[in-house]
Amino acid sequence: MKKLFLSCLSIALLGGIAIAGGHEKGTLSAVKSKGHIQCGVSQGLPGFSNPDDQGNWSGLDVDFCRAMSAAVFGDADKVKYTPLSARARFEALRSGEIDVLARNTTWTMQRDATLGLEFVGVNYYDGQGFMVRKTLGVNSAMELDGASACTNTGTTTELNLTDFFRANGMQFELVAFERADEVVAAYDAGRCDVYTTDRSGLAAQRTKLSNPNDHKVLPEIISKEPLGPVVRQDDPQWADLARWTLNAMINAEEMGIDSSNVDSKRSDSNPAVKRLMGTEGDLHEAIGVNNDWAYNIVKQVGNYGEVYERHVGANTPLQLGRGGTVNDLWTNGGLIYAPPVR
Amino acid sequence: MAGRAATTSVLNNSKFRAILYQLIMASLLIYLGWSIAENTIANMEARDIRAGFGFLDETAGFSIMMSLVPYEPGDTYGRVFLVGLLNTLLVAGIGVVFATMVGFLVGIMRLSQNWVVSRLATIYVEIFRNVPLLLQILFWYTAVLKPLPGPRQVFERNTEIYFGISNRGITVPEFIFLENFSFTTWTALLGILFTIGIHRWAKQRQATTGEQFPVFFAGLGLTIGLPILVFLLSGAPVEFTPAKMGRFNLAGGITIIPEFLAVLLSLVLYTASFIAEIVRAGIQAVNYGQTEASRALGLRNGTTLKLVIIPQALRIIIPPMTSQYLNLTKNTSLAAAIAYPDLVATFAGTALNQNGQALETLAITMTVYLSLSLLTSALMNWFNSRVKLVER
Ligand SMILES: N[C@@H](CCC(=O)N[C@@H](CS)C(=O)NCC(=O)O)C(=O)O
Repeated sequence: MKKLFLSCLSIALLGGIAIAGGHEKGTLSAVKSKGHIQCGVSQGLPGFSNPDDQGNWSGLDVDFCRAMSAAVFGDADKVKYTPLSARARFEALRSGEIDVLARNTTWTMQRDATLGLEFVGVNYYDGQGFMVRKTLGVNSAMELDGASACTNTGTTTELNLTDFFRANGMQFELVAFERADEVVAAYDAGRCDVYTTDRSGLAAQRTKLSNPNDHKVLPEIISKEPLGPVVRQDDPQWADLARWTLNAMINAEEMGIDSSNVDSKRSDSNPAVKRLMGTEGDLHEAIGVNNDWAYNIVKQVGNYGEVYERHVGANTPLQLGRGGTVNDLWTNGGLIYAPPVR
Repeated sequence: MAGRAATTSVLNNSKFRAILYQLIMASLLIYLGWSIAENTIANMEARDIRAGFGFLDETAGFSIMMSLVPYEPGDTYGRVFLVGLLNTLLVAGIGVVFATMVGFLVGIMRLSQNWVVSRLATIYVEIFRNVPLLLQILFWYTAVLKPLPGPRQVFERNTEIYFGISNRGITVPEFIFLENFSFTTWTALLGILFTIGIHRWAKQRQATTGEQFPVFFAGLGLTIGLPILVFLLSGAPVEFTPAKMGRFNLAGGITIIPEFLAVLLSLVLYTASFIAEIVRAGIQAVNYGQTEASRALGLRNGTTLKLVIIPQALRIIIPPMTSQYLNLTKNTSLAAAIAYPDLVATFAGTALNQNGQALETLAITMTVYLSLSLLTSALMNWFNSRVKLVER
């Protein structure tokens, strides 16, 4: 951790210098000239950003970065990943060490308004939950008075937890670790009665416990955690590119365009589809990419629904069924909604 | 004289030139630092990044698991700073004391004539100074946590627990000193003063008459025995409130958290392995002739060690010891790995992340470590000058 601290420090100092020097040219041209996008991800959160044995990253957040790469380079694989702790992530983005942060990061006013950063949308609507051992016999978070809770430091989780216990006049002990692995290990070793984080995170980390079936998630959701990608505020074009990458994935799903039928959709006569596929109009120029940008995204990465089902959906270890939840398309009663491409 | 002054301008005076160069260098540095700071702040403002130290008065909003002063989530970031600083000082302070004791012990053991004892000491040193500290911390944390049972396994609900050990820590009763306790405090203070006086008097007496006085035992009686007696006579004026088992944990009492134990243990064992080598080297550096000479004068082994060897060894031991103390203090920042709420974990960690003011927070934190280091060095230098042999 001293290393981490030191690297935080040097990043902060570099940040100071970078801030002093300013980003002369835009992020897009810098990305094009270095030939890849540097994408900030977690240190390993199954479903969102997780490396396999060979070090290949995959997940919902990873696919967002791959989609940006497909839009910029016409090739989804031109991404390099920087694993970041919750604590180090914003400094890494501010200092220019990464180009975009896609790391299950909650959009809050403080982060948006005071850090010089910009959230470009929401790719997963989440909320904070609790996991306990079944043997405790606890059925509700309201029964947790006096418990010890393990969580990650530098997260919204710490604050929500404190708020929740204070609001309900309950006592607790907060044990906050820097790395998610350490949280899981400590909870597994019995250091804490409760493991608390975003519910998607609970589902993911549960798979790492020695006996996942000995644990259960309590029904309460104590916060709103809209997770989304973040960029620097000083580069509106790059922010637009990131925002419309996400919007393109959502619009594609809404229009019924997926990776298997996208080729035929290129000759579709529907004007909205034509605009998204780039066969009509020249909006792509404003965000600095080629007219087949959205085609490449859907072809190589998929639409939002495909990506969701691939990484966190009902048929994944996370088993986060989508139907009827806030993460369904707005046309199905959910919150996934994107402004039109026109 | 006047003629020489005319040919040697003040610029050729080496003292004057030295001071001039220092001044130029210092003002250049100050200017550089100042312009970097100003530039950064201006640029941060232009980019909508909040700057300044106003955040220290804002509400922190998160809880901290261990605090030596009262702390509530509704307190400010400034308070978080204090809590973290005290937690750092606590492990560092206790760590330095124990590391010194263990280090001296092992260092002397390494010089033992007994093969087993010296081998054991060697093995200890080789293991603990060669395994990275972070690994040792993680190891001890697991080693402390894993074998200990959960509180629900050992304590029955609603019972009062006077001494409890579980994987949530070691719990003892909370104690409050009643009014009459002041008798004990005063006795102890007077005892210390008297002991100092007796020590001086005995030294002088020995210098003039050669007669000795058992200062150690007298001091022991005055500083410990007498206060205990007064404590008992005044009716043992302490009130104990034991912890009580709740649904999950013990409530009340004073709990030493396992994170603290693991950090302390690893820092002590790690640093002691270096101190042991310093002590061994220091003692070996004293020429054996000194021992022989001392024996020839008829001094016993213990006296030889105390009056001849150690004073000479100390002047070799103390300077490198200072860097060990500095290392230990700085290494406490590794505690963040296992959730021990030190300055780095709370203030430069959680707080930094919640308010995002990295530059300011890290500047404060670095200043603290720098000041701590300078303070330690200053103290050790003072001590060094006290024990230094007066050279002729
Ligand atoms: N959404 C929250 C929490 C994010 C967070 O860090 N969650 C943890 C636990 S699920 C995590 O991602 N850990 C993975 C890692 O540390 O790399 C935030 O933005 O503050």
